[in-house]
Amino acid sequence: MNDENINKTIRAFFEKALPGKQIKDEDDIFEKGFVNSLMAMQLVLFVEKEFGIAVTEADLDIANFRSIAAVTDLVRRKSLPVS
Amino acid sequence: MSADIENSLLSALSAADRPEAREDPAGTWRREVREFVASEVAPLAEQIDASQEFPASVIRNLRDRGYLGFLLERQFGGQGGDFIRYGILCEELGRACSSTRSLLTVHDMVAYAIGRWGNPAQKSRWLPSLANGEKLGAFCISEESAGSDTAAIQTSAVPVNGGFVVNGKKKWVTFGQLADLLLVLVRCGDKSAALLVDANTPGLARRPVSGMLGMRGAMLAELAFDDCFVPDANLLARIGFGTSYVATSALQLGRYNVACGSVGIGQACIDLCLGRTSERSQFGAPLQDHQLVQRALTDMLVDVRAARLVCNQAGYSLATAHPNALVQTFEAKYVASRAAMRAAWQAVQLHGAVGCAVGSAASRLFRDAKVMEIIEGTHEICQMTLARNASALT
Repeated sequence: MNDENINKTIRAFFEKALPGKQIKDEDDIFEKGFVNSLMAMQLVLFVEKEFGIAVTEADLDIANFRSIAAVTDLVRRKSLPVS
Repeated sequence: MSADIENSLLSALSAADRPEAREDPAGTWRREVREFVASEVAPLAEQIDASQEFPASVIRNLRDRGYLGFLLERQFGGQGGDFIRYGILCEELGRACSSTRSLLTVHDMVAYAIGRWGNPAQKSRWLPSLANGEKLGAFCISEESAGSDTAAIQTSAVPVNGGFVVNGKKKWVTFGQLADLLLVLVRCGDKSAALLVDANTPGLARRPVSGMLGMRGAMLAELAFDDCFVPDANLLARIGFGTSYVATSALQLGRYNVACGSVGIGQACIDLCLGRTSERSQFGAPLQDHQLVQRALTDMLVDVRAARLVCNQAGYSLATAHPNALVQTFEAKYVASRAAMRAAWQAVQLHGAVGCAVGSAASRLFRDAKVMEIIEGTHEICQMTLARNASALT
């Protein structure tokens, strides 16, 4: 899946979870108060299921989940074949 | 979705009614668990409640059956069990003894959190001994001023060379009197963190808590941390992720366990009342022939069956790692604990004075059911969560 499709899929998650909220790719979803602990974990489960990746303790950096763009980048990096 | 999970779910939907169906995997599993519970747990339930002590023999038997490491992966010595069968295990244990079921709640929450968020070294270090029951786990979150509001946690962990110094008090720690490994939610500066604390750590004191309304054999304790040193290697996940990821994951499992245990309480109430109302006659007819009693029995039956279905739905979502599992475990816990409380209320009512007597099963189920409406997310927290996440249920 290319970056654009990853981004669209993640955006769709937020649009369903946060109806009516306008979120730009670079918006800090934590700073804006959009995300509580439940939704943070739902997001992890979503990207794992949707993209077939495993989010581990090594990925637990707030920078990886701060925005739609950051999550897109995390998924892209974790989807790369291991060389 | 694997065929195993689908088969397990489909058979679980009917297996509660047909535990004798040998061709049915979930029915076979339920029958196995039910036989174990009938011989090793149920006969001790009243004693556990009255004495407020938990027998070592029950722990040993749970351990020998592999029930303490049921969900853990086989590579760590667990059974690699699925969530549907785990739900049946919790229901059948809860049907006999909520105190026993609560041991699995807290032990499994700790094991599950390590399995989910532990690094390879932490998994290798702790999971095998949790899987075989050599060590018991307990989950420590509540404090004097922090229950549902985890942001109010005051127990602190101050980083020092090589680890953290922990100070504070935890309350209502289920199996805190017996646990060997404690998963402790702390405040680290302005962030949350989750620490794995050996119960023998110098500076840690345990005080038994007794006289609770229900689940009186759950060996509750208050834990006081006085300059306890906890090594860096015992930090689970990273600082800042204790509540949002570690506690949320653990509580998701705990809620499912409690929800299924609540179905067990409801079923136990039905079992009791079907017996009582067929044996006792008033006004020249068995109680079960009186229409108001039939209404009560019908309400109990459909409530509990509906709760079991909602639990199965949550179990299916857990088994398939669906993002909606988080919300559906809230739903399952809310529906099932309400059904248990209503069934227990009817059970006491239909037993009359007998149901109010010390040592009656109806009385114990009533007291245990009330606790289920509070632990692992109060009704109010469930209601707020479900209202805010309606999209996950539609």
